[in-house]
Amino acid sequence: MPFIARNLIFVLIIIAVLFGLDYFLTNGLGAIQLNLYIVRIIMLAGVAVTLSVSLNLINGFTGQFSIGHAGFMAVGAYSSAYFSVNYGVKIAAALGDGYVGAFIEYFIATIIGALVAGIAGLLVGVPSLKLKGDYLAIVTLGFGQIIVVVLNNIEAVGGARGFSGIPIVKSFFWIALVAVTTIIIVYNLVNSDFGRALISIREDELAAEAMGINTTRYKVIAFVISSAMAGAGGVLFAHCFDGYLNPKSFEFIKSFEILIMVILGGLGSIVGSIIGAIVLTVLPELLREFDQYRMVIYSLVLIILMITRPQGLLGGFDPLKKWRARRADKSDAEREALNQ
Amino acid sequence: MSTFLQQLINGISLGAIYALIALGYTMVYGVLRLINFAHGDIFMLGAFMGYYLSNGIGVRAAQSFMSNPEGSAFGRLISKGLLGGTTEPSIITAVLIMLLSMAICAGIGLIIERLAYRPVRKYSRLTALITAIGVSLLLENGGQLVFGADPKSFPQLIQSQNISIGGVTITNQDLIVLIIAVLLMLLLQYIVFRTKTGKAMRAVSFNMTAAKLMGINTDRVIAFTFALGSALAAAAGVLVAIRIPKIEPLMGILVGLKAFVAAVLGGIGNIPGAVLGGLLIGLTETMVVGYLSPTYKDAVAFAILILILLFRPTGLLGTVAQEKV
Repeated sequence: MPFIARNLIFVLIIIAVLFGLDYFLTNGLGAIQLNLYIVRIIMLAGVAVTLSVSLNLINGFTGQFSIGHAGFMAVGAYSSAYFSVNYGVKIAAALGDGYVGAFIEYFIATIIGALVAGIAGLLVGVPSLKLKGDYLAIVTLGFGQIIVVVLNNIEAVGGARGFSGIPIVKSFFWIALVAVTTIIIVYNLVNSDFGRALISIREDELAAEAMGINTTRYKVIAFVISSAMAGAGGVLFAHCFDGYLNPKSFEFIKSFEILIMVILGGLGSIVGSIIGAIVLTVLPELLREFDQYRMVIYSLVLIILMITRPQGLLGGFDPLKKWRARRADKSDAEREALNQ
Repeated sequence: MSTFLQQLINGISLGAIYALIALGYTMVYGVLRLINFAHGDIFMLGAFMGYYLSNGIGVRAAQSFMSNPEGSAFGRLISKGLLGGTTEPSIITAVLIMLLSMAICAGIGLIIERLAYRPVRKYSRLTALITAIGVSLLLENGGQLVFGADPKSFPQLIQSQNISIGGVTITNQDLIVLIIAVLLMLLLQYIVFRTKTGKAMRAVSFNMTAAKLMGINTDRVIAFTFALGSALAAAAGVLVAIRIPKIEPLMGILVGLKAFVAAVLGGIGNIPGAVLGGLLIGLTETMVVGYLSPTYKDAVAFAILILILLFRPTGLLGTVAQEKV
């Protein structure tokens, strides 16, 4: 089957499955009807997957240490929310307030959120990634703090009171679509030439440079993509839940939560990030009564994990590796057969 | 003009505190190439130790000493000093509490190094960095659990007085803070450049493998570095609490970040650089608050960080390290 047709079918299947799931979550299936609380948690898990997989691209695969992911999420969330409130609503109205209008408005908002977060990533990444070492960690940490201070002082987006009145699109479909797109983008990136360059930078930056890889360029591109996807995660956060944003939601704790999802799952494992995101979204809900101990437990787990298993629980684990290797073998064999 | 001088003294006093914390960052980075994210939280612990020493424990110790008149003269001195609020505040009280807090935090620093950092030293630097963040969050959230999340008001250890010298009014607290900070920095200078342990520290920071081969017990030197840095951070904690008597478990985050920026500004790993960087950050921040707007207070340090990374990433006094393969 030609390449494009095969991928097109793949995309259509994904969209169909997501639509089916969306329908199931909102309307139930026969006697089974999930309550709104569970639906909300599933949706939050979808956002968490977007964030953790995107962070894994820079922290896990490129070996650079970003700890301000919530800052980029905030940039995406606020910029898209500002757009939606001031222009998006009009666009949706002009297109007729139906499903199509909302969809288009939402699509533009997501693009804007990702774009602005990507630009922020570029501004943060260029000065700090030019250098080797841990500068990215400290700059992203600073960025995460500054963005909260800045958002608290911008009156146009509500300042410290928070930004309310964002048009709500309670759609599991949209969250899942962004999450799946993120996964596919990261998966394809790390299994391409580009990804190999990133992994070589992680393994030995000096050797990578000696092999002719423009390390700064690759690092910055990976960082910008990662930030943009965090921004898209922020867009979901802004539009799919309460229609309300507060700078408090994007403080360092949030960055740390995303980070621990990635590390627990395993640096450099996409499946690990997905599992980490789901587990760490569901677990706190189950352990509500221990909420005050949550962060203490997280940090203890992190330290113990680093001492006993620094690559994370599923670090280096890739269930599709065999399948991919087999496929590569097969295509090699096909090519040889053609040549003969 | 007099306002300017006043701001100058304020800035130097604040800068001296940043410098004390920055020294800890720079020393640990010097020997381990590790950004010790937990350092700012040691600063917080220092302030809280000072708080508990001067309130609860101090009073209880005093009562037990009073009921036992045979207590040693030193014990009486401590108990009298540690009464803090009930007897009149004095410099001796403040210094005693600061020294005790420094000792406790040096111990905490040792424990953290032994339990968390030493086991991950054999792994990559990223692992160590993540561990440091873990420790930092453990201290912050553990602090909120143990001390309570609400801000506490630090007892007045030094009676506030205004001193005016030629039209410039400064508080005696600022002056004392400045003097103590300078004394501590001189002491550190002596330890690092005049003692054998200091020599070993410099050797380890220059080349750990070579130092090991020369028979230096690197584990012990690293532990000593942590203890020294933590003690300085604790001193800074008590001094900050004397200047601004409101302490809370998250107070270390921002101060720690700014102190780290100060260390980078001066050239990370460079001890005089940390002092210079701390003073510059403190001065700039005070001037911005005084002449521009207090809103930008917390953004100043990061603007400086971005500028320094763009134009002189090795810092003001840092030298370019030749990378060897």
